[in-house]
Amino acid sequence: MKKTDTGLLTTGKTPSIYTSKTKSRLLLIFGVVLALYFLSTYQTNSTPGELVIGLPNLFALLAKFFPPNLEVLVASSVVAAFSETIQMAIIATTVAAILCVPLSLLGAQNITTNKYLYGFMRFFLNVLRTIPDIVLALIFVGIFGLGVFPGILALIIFSLGILAKLISETIESVDMNPLEAMQASGAGTIQMIYYGLVPQVLPQFSSLVLYVFEINIRASVVLGLVGAGGIGLVLDQQIRLYNLPNAMAIIIGIFILVVMIEYVSNKIREAIV
Amino acid sequence: MAELQMPPKKKRNPLNIAKKSLMAAVVIALYVWTFLGINIDWERAFERMANNFERVIPRLFRPDWNAFDKVLDAMIETLYIAFAGSLMAAILAIPLGFLAANNMTNNRFLTAVGKWILSAVRAFPDLILALLFVVAVGPNPFAGVLAIAIGSTGMLGKLYSEVLESVDMKVVEAMEANGANKLQILFHGVIPQVIPEFLSYAIYRFEVDVRASTILGVVGAGGIGTLIFFASSNRNWNEMGLIILIIIVVVTIIDFISAAIRKRIV
Repeated sequence: MKKTDTGLLTTGKTPSIYTSKTKSRLLLIFGVVLALYFLSTYQTNSTPGELVIGLPNLFALLAKFFPPNLEVLVASSVVAAFSETIQMAIIATTVAAILCVPLSLLGAQNITTNKYLYGFMRFFLNVLRTIPDIVLALIFVGIFGLGVFPGILALIIFSLGILAKLISETIESVDMNPLEAMQASGAGTIQMIYYGLVPQVLPQFSSLVLYVFEINIRASVVLGLVGAGGIGLVLDQQIRLYNLPNAMAIIIGIFILVVMIEYVSNKIREAIV
Repeated sequence: MAELQMPPKKKRNPLNIAKKSLMAAVVIALYVWTFLGINIDWERAFERMANNFERVIPRLFRPDWNAFDKVLDAMIETLYIAFAGSLMAAILAIPLGFLAANNMTNNRFLTAVGKWILSAVRAFPDLILALLFVVAVGPNPFAGVLAIAIGSTGMLGKLYSEVLESVDMKVVEAMEANGANKLQILFHGVIPQVIPEFLSYAIYRFEVDVRASTILGVVGAGGIGTLIFFASSNRNWNEMGLIILIIIVVVTIIDFISAAIRKRIV
């Protein structure tokens, strides 16, 4: 295009869409994030330099896990430990699904109209969810000794927090019109919940329970690391004995279990909702 | 006489009934297997509980404030681990997210590979990854950072790819029609659309990683988990009480800040 000094087209630079204030703010945020990153890597001995030096070494050490000794997976003690892991998750999910019904009703704003009760429930559930599952397992192991029982208890409490929160949110999002209509025609609270709320929530409820079951399978895999039963216990022993190919076989077994459970649970959830 | 008219009954499909009864049978079988298979030594458990309950629970509620400095330091190390790990993951997940998004990678095979890698990574529990890295790099926070970085990449990559799949492709097509090259389309057409959501997910993942990294120390990967492990093996439940209290407070604060930032971004 020929240069003329009449049109706006020729001013050369297009104005930026961001103001200089936004730009400097973005730059500042970027700088802070970067500084925090370098501080974190420095504090944790994982600076990019150390990463580059460490990586070949890391791969060499990880190579010790290979080839996995897959024969371990059919050993009867390993099969038993895997079944125990699944059984723990099934029991914990079932109990949590039952216990979460009253908790989630109390934690739903549209059912529990008492502001203080609702606020307390919300607070309680939030606190419950911040306690890591492993910590719960350690406490219960401290009380009940090693075994499956403390593991199941830890899973129940841990999944109760998640499930009650998710379900109370589902309850809060239901259509209140049928419930109000029932109230107007003289239904009691229990009747309203049973005929008005349950049918609306049930598909979501089953889907969320399955989701929590997936979480519980993953959690119960690792609970054994602290002595709370299941496959984690066997994995921990193998690593302590430095039987790394065996450990890798178990890790592969865990991987297959988790993928399978997720696949089945996803299929069922798709069919439900 | 007017007969009472009832709504027509739903037709019952025999196939459906068969399917439902099969599912019911499977569920029942699963429960029978579970309850027959599980081996709980109730007697021993209750005997122990009778002995230990007094020694554990009341002490959890009487935190040992003398350990405050030590526990706080460990919690800060946990935050460092989570931050370094999630930032690494937030960056690592970008190429994987692009690979797994089927409107960015116009190759069904590559997309499938990308999605497969991401779900494979997601299937490993964080603690198992940490265990692997502790064996590989020794028991230090570096193992924790690696575990968090790898573990988060799986989920972030999946979320990123979903964001990418939902971008407005009209903009991209318009730019293509105007003769923009791939890089120009990427920088001016795609990235401005996805940046807020990418950031929001990365911050959310940091929140999750803070929770996850509190326990990594149990297998030796640094942070406050190390103290959790020692407190429980020394049966120092007063210190455990303090640790739990600090975890609850710090995690709640981080959740709150993260939610506030995310609200402003999106």
